[in-house]
Formats: sequence, structure tokens, C-alpha cells
Amino acid sequence: MAAVATCGSVAASTGSAVATASKSNVTSFQRRGPRASGTNDSGPRLVSIAGTRPSVRNGQLLVSTGLPALDQLLGGGLAVGTVLLIEEDKYNIYSPLLFKYFLAEGTVSGHTLLVASAKEDPANILQELPAPLLDDKCKKEFDEDVYDHKTPESNIKMRIAWRYQLLPKMEQIGPVSSSRFGHYYDASKRMPQELIEASNWHGFFLPEKISSTVKVEPCSLTPGYTKLLQFIQNIIYEEGFDGSNPQKKQRNILRIGIQNLGSPLWGDDICCAENGGNSHSLTKFLYVLRGLLRTSLSACIITMPTHLIQNKAIIARVTTLSDIVVGLESFIGSERETNPLYKDYHGLIHIRQIPRLNNLICDESDVKDLAFKLKRKLFTIEWVQDNYLRQERNIYPPGFSYLLKQKDSAWGEGSLQHSTFLMSFLAKATAFASRLVRHSEPLKQNGSGRIRQAAGPRLWHDGRRQEAPGLLGIPP
Amino acid sequence: MFVELNNLLNTTPDTAEQGKLTLLCDAKTDGSFLVHHFLSFYLKANCKVCFVALIQSFSHYSIVGQKLGVSLTMARERGQLVFLEGLKSAVDIVFQAQKEPHPLQFLREANAGNLKPLFEFVREALKPVDSGEAQWTYPVLLVDDLSVLLSLGMGAVAVLDFIHYCRATVCWELKGNMVVLVHDSGDAEDEENDILLNGLSHQSHLILRAEGLATGFCRDVHGQLRILWRRPSQPTVHRDQSFTYQYKIQDKSVSFFAKGMSPAVL
Repeated sequence: MAAVATCGSVAASTGSAVATASKSNVTSFQRRGPRASGTNDSGPRLVSIAGTRPSVRNGQLLVSTGLPALDQLLGGGLAVGTVLLIEEDKYNIYSPLLFKYFLAEGTVSGHTLLVASAKEDPANILQELPAPLLDDKCKKEFDEDVYDHKTPESNIKMRIAWRYQLLPKMEQIGPVSSSRFGHYYDASKRMPQELIEASNWHGFFLPEKISSTVKVEPCSLTPGYTKLLQFIQNIIYEEGFDGSNPQKKQRNILRIGIQNLGSPLWGDDICCAENGGNSHSLTKFLYVLRGLLRTSLSACIITMPTHLIQNKAIIARVTTLSDIVVGLESFIGSERETNPLYKDYHGLIHIRQIPRLNNLICDESDVKDLAFKLKRKLFTIEWVQDNYLRQERNIYPPGFSYLLKQKDSAWGEGSLQHSTFLMSFLAKATAFASRLVRHSEPLKQNGSGRIRQAAGPRLWHDGRRQEAPGLLGIPP
Repeated sequence: MFVELNNLLNTTPDTAEQGKLTLLCDAKTDGSFLVHHFLSFYLKANCKVCFVALIQSFSHYSIVGQKLGVSLTMARERGQLVFLEGLKSAVDIVFQAQKEPHPLQFLREANAGNLKPLFEFVREALKPVDSGEAQWTYPVLLVDDLSVLLSLGMGAVAVLDFIHYCRATVCWELKGNMVVLVHDSGDAEDEENDILLNGLSHQSHLILRAEGLATGFCRDVHGQLRILWRRPSQPTVHRDQSFTYQYKIQDKSVSFFAKGMSPAVL
């Protein structure tokens, strides 16, 4: 995938070595080598695709998932060439929303869409995409011609900062407003018809395709999966997303969306039987799909009803073969619906896996307890501990909850400081609180006549500074 | 190659033992940093490496290898590295009819066959070239990872047979080393995976097990590494040695420390 080279010389040394080894010049996860173009500067010219941005960590190309909050939790966005697997919630109410946000983001950014479903006609899915929330200035520019290929003339010689002339210049396709990364959507309105018609999309509706009598090579996948793989591979090759087609020079992203993969509608029986005959079909499909994605400029979202899969081993294997795994758990019908802690939220969202691509480390978010709510317009994801802290302030001393609320604080959940503090604090708190219980010896008094009060929920209730036990205690 | 891990394992690229099977295992965390370590270790030791990479693409290993100081593209060009890219081959096999037998051609077959073509590929890649002078020290086979073969329809017994054949050729006949990675599914009740893992644990000389912390996610300690030395051929006169360290992965290295001695706490 395209990596933004911030220094021309570095890209030249690595790019030339890589460029000679590869056959095609567009491959995901590859740094782009310098191209001989007729300009004055010697650095590589890079073209940026609308709706994408390079990752801050390692320069990988990222696309937005349609939810800026989710992008932030995933380390900036979904990397091009990877699979985002959404484990559906129990009644399949919120996962179609995430699916549609992903496709809507592709429509707004001008990407090509490929929608595959066994349940709904892809044309109907596209009619139900949420409307983007563009402010008026952007909306006006969006009505104009989107594919404006006029490149800015940027050959002005720099006089003072002449060293910067060697840095690569960015060409942008399309107006700046539509190439913004990550948009907000209004879930109550539909996307305007002209936007849908302007987009380039391909649909795969299983009941239509399964009846055609094209010869299918046997390879132990269910026929539905085999047809879908061939369809995807066809589109990737025909439209040039993998760079192997000499006639087509594609500079766009293909967004693939597959709905309800693994459900019985696809002809797979892993949701019905524990040890069916097709138990390897889904994992093989995911493996070949991974191979297709890694060698093309595409990103894929898959929703899967994992709560229906009988064999837990298959879920583990599916998780290994996907890159990002996000699980949705809605509160409908569970006892959490009446829990006052969760009264503002509709469900929990679990980020189960984040990939380590081209790197030893990954951008794992520190915040683990996340909940989502679907307000009338927006789908928001929040840290549920905020609610918890508001209600349970009596347990934490006020100074501590202030530390927790800081952005990127070292005292956040999951840090060693937090756990160590809690352990010692709670140990001392229970030790002091046990003094309220009548023991054989009375409460000791020190000479100044002031009784050291016991720690308990009442200690900080009125906000007055009291003596606090534990680490904040004053030594006698 | 992580220098701290070399110190813990008491090896350097020049003094590594030969004829050993190393098993890498990860449970609830990602153990791929161990694969990167061994890949760069054996390339620096001037060995001929055959890498069966089933789960990631070549450029992924190449970019991480550059951070660790080895260039996979240069190694491939001069013949030191033979790289089988599983993802790219899968696309070629499934969508185009192949004339010659391909090591991964079981992807086209409906029934679970055996991994004989893959073994032939490995043997062909690592056989010593009769050029007179010995260019590379000893051959090494690296597999990342074996659990994917189970997902692709192979039975656990077929994979164990493949490892057995490879061990006989690479470790015993050619006096080389083998490093394989297997995922431990933990409580997911993956019977095939458990059979594979237990079978390999009995055959291997060194087991490196990367586990997530039992207490959950921590920003400063990414996991725990258990190192177990075994002597499978001799009856256990000495007890198997086992050490446990905790680690934190950084951008270009991994730092190891004793349990509870993370620099964040001290």
C-alpha cells in the first residue's frame, strides 16, 4: 500500500530495492518507489487517494470506517488490504448500521463499492444508506463536478526554504472537501439519490447468482462462497485494483461489504450443526479473501453471526484469519437493560483484535469498557466508566477521579499505577473500615484529641478535606 | 533479532545448536514477534532459510526485518532465503488452473489430502547445492503458522506427519534447525489444535510460550514468555528447565524482565 515518504532519500533507497523485486507496481503494504517523472525535483511524486490518509505510526494507507469514534479506537482507521470483522449483536439491529456507515463513507469519498448479501438485494441496501452531515460550504462544493482532475501547478521554486523543494508533492484528486477523512452521518435521513447514482457500485445477491450455470471449479467451498470469491476476483482484476491489468490504471479504493457471512442463507451449516460437513468452508473462504485483499487496493467489512456458530473452535480460527475483530453486544433482552449503570446506552462494543501490520506493536487503545448508543442522529461510542465514575464517586477520592478523567493519563484503567493504587488503597480502606465494627479493643486516640476517622463511603461525600487513608495518609 | 532474548536463550548467531526443533506457541496474545526474531537470527547466522509464510505477506516480514537489521529482499536475491508466500499462492491456485504441482495444491482439492507436495518443496529448497564450497552454514525451516493449515482443511495427523518428515530431513539428515509457530486456542476447545500442539510439544527441544497476562490488558507489560528446554531423545535424567519472563514490545526491540520487575513499577 502507499506509504507517504517524508524524506525523499529514504524512499529512494528502500523503494528501488523493493520495486525491482516485485512484478506489479501496485501492491498493498509496499512502499512506493521513485518514478521517473518530468519534474524538476528528484523526490518521488505520490498521489493521494480521496478518503484515505497515511497512518501516523508506519505510513500505511488507512480508510475510515464511517464512524470517527471507531476510527480512533482502531488506531486511525481501517488499513487498506485488511478485513474488519463485526460480530453481530443478538438480534442483528446494530451491525447493519455499522455496515451501512462503511458503505456510506465509501460513497461520500468516491470509492468503488462491492456489496454482497444473501438476504437483501444490494440495491435496497444502498437506498438505505444514512445521509452524510456535510456543512453548507462542503455541500456546495460537492454539488460541483467531483472528479476534477486539474492538478495544481506547483513548480514555483522556493528561495529560502529550498531544501523543502526536494520533499514529495501531493497531488489530490477531487476537491478537498470530499477527500476529508471520516464523516458524520444522520441515521434518520437517507442518502440523497444523486450521490448514490454518482457512485460506482457492484452488487452480489446470492439468490440471483446461484442459479446461473457458470462452471465452478470444485475446491471444497460451498457454492455460494466460491461464486462470491470469483465475483470479487473478477471485479478486482477487471477494474485494476491489483495493478495487474495493463489497460486499467486504478487509483481508487474498492470497499467490499459482505453481510451475514456464515449464516445458513449462504449455504453454510456452521450455525446449524456442530460438526457439519462444511466446517472448513468459511475459514478457507476467509483465507483466500485475505490473499485477494493483501494484493489489491481494497478494504473489506464482514458481519458474521458468531453467536450462532455452534463450534467455538471455528470462531477462534475465524478471529485468527481476520485482521480487526469488533464485537457488538446489545442490551435488548438482557438484564443489563435495567441496570442504571447502562441506562444511557444501547449496548457494549468490544474491540477483540487489532492487527500488527508491518510492525511489532499495534495501536491498542487503553480504554476497554466501551459502550455505544444510537441517538436520533448519531451513533456514538463512549467509555462506560465515565458513567460509572459519576455514580461511584464516593469510592474514589476526588483527586483520583480527576486523574482518571485526564486524556492519556498514566493513571487510566489498565495501567500499573492504577492497579497498584487501587490495591493498596482498597486494602487500607477495608482495614480502616473494619474499625467501625466493634472489636475487643477500642478506637485508639492520639494525643491531639482528634480521632482519626474511619474510611468509608461517607468520607468524601461533602467535599471537605478529610484525612484519607492509604497512600495519601499522613504518617503519624 | 532481539539481543535480550538471545541472552535469555544463551545463544548467539555464531554458536547456535544444530538439529533442534523449536516450538513457538501463543495463547491469548500475538506471538509473531518470536517469528521475526528467529527469522532475523538465522539470516544473521548465515543459514539457508526456507520460510513457509502462510498468514502474512512478504512485505510485512520485510518491513519488520528492516527494523531488526536484515533485508529479506537481498537475502532472497542471493539465494539465502526461499520464501513461500501462502496468501499469494492461494489466490493463484484457486483462480487459475495450475499445470505443475504446487506445494499448496491441497487448496483445490475437496478432500483433506496430505502435505506431501509441501514437504517436497521444503526438501528441494533446503537440499545442499553441490558447488564445492559451503556457502551457508546449515539449513533452517521456519513455518508461520501451522494452525492455519488446520483452518484450510488439513487434519492434525496430516500436519504432524509433515512435521515428522521435515524433522527427519532437516534436523537429522541435514543437521539443520526447525522453528514452527502454533496457536494455543485455550478454552476454545479446538481438539485438532490441541492434538497438534501436544504432539509437537513432545517432539521439540525448546518451547517458547507467549501468554497474555492472567490479569488482563496492561500497557506496560504486554505478556509473559515461558521458556522450556527439553531433551526429548534422552530419558529425563535432568529435569526440564523452565523460566518465565515478562516482556514489553517496543518499536524495534523487545525488553524482558523478571516477573513483577517491569520498569514502570520500579
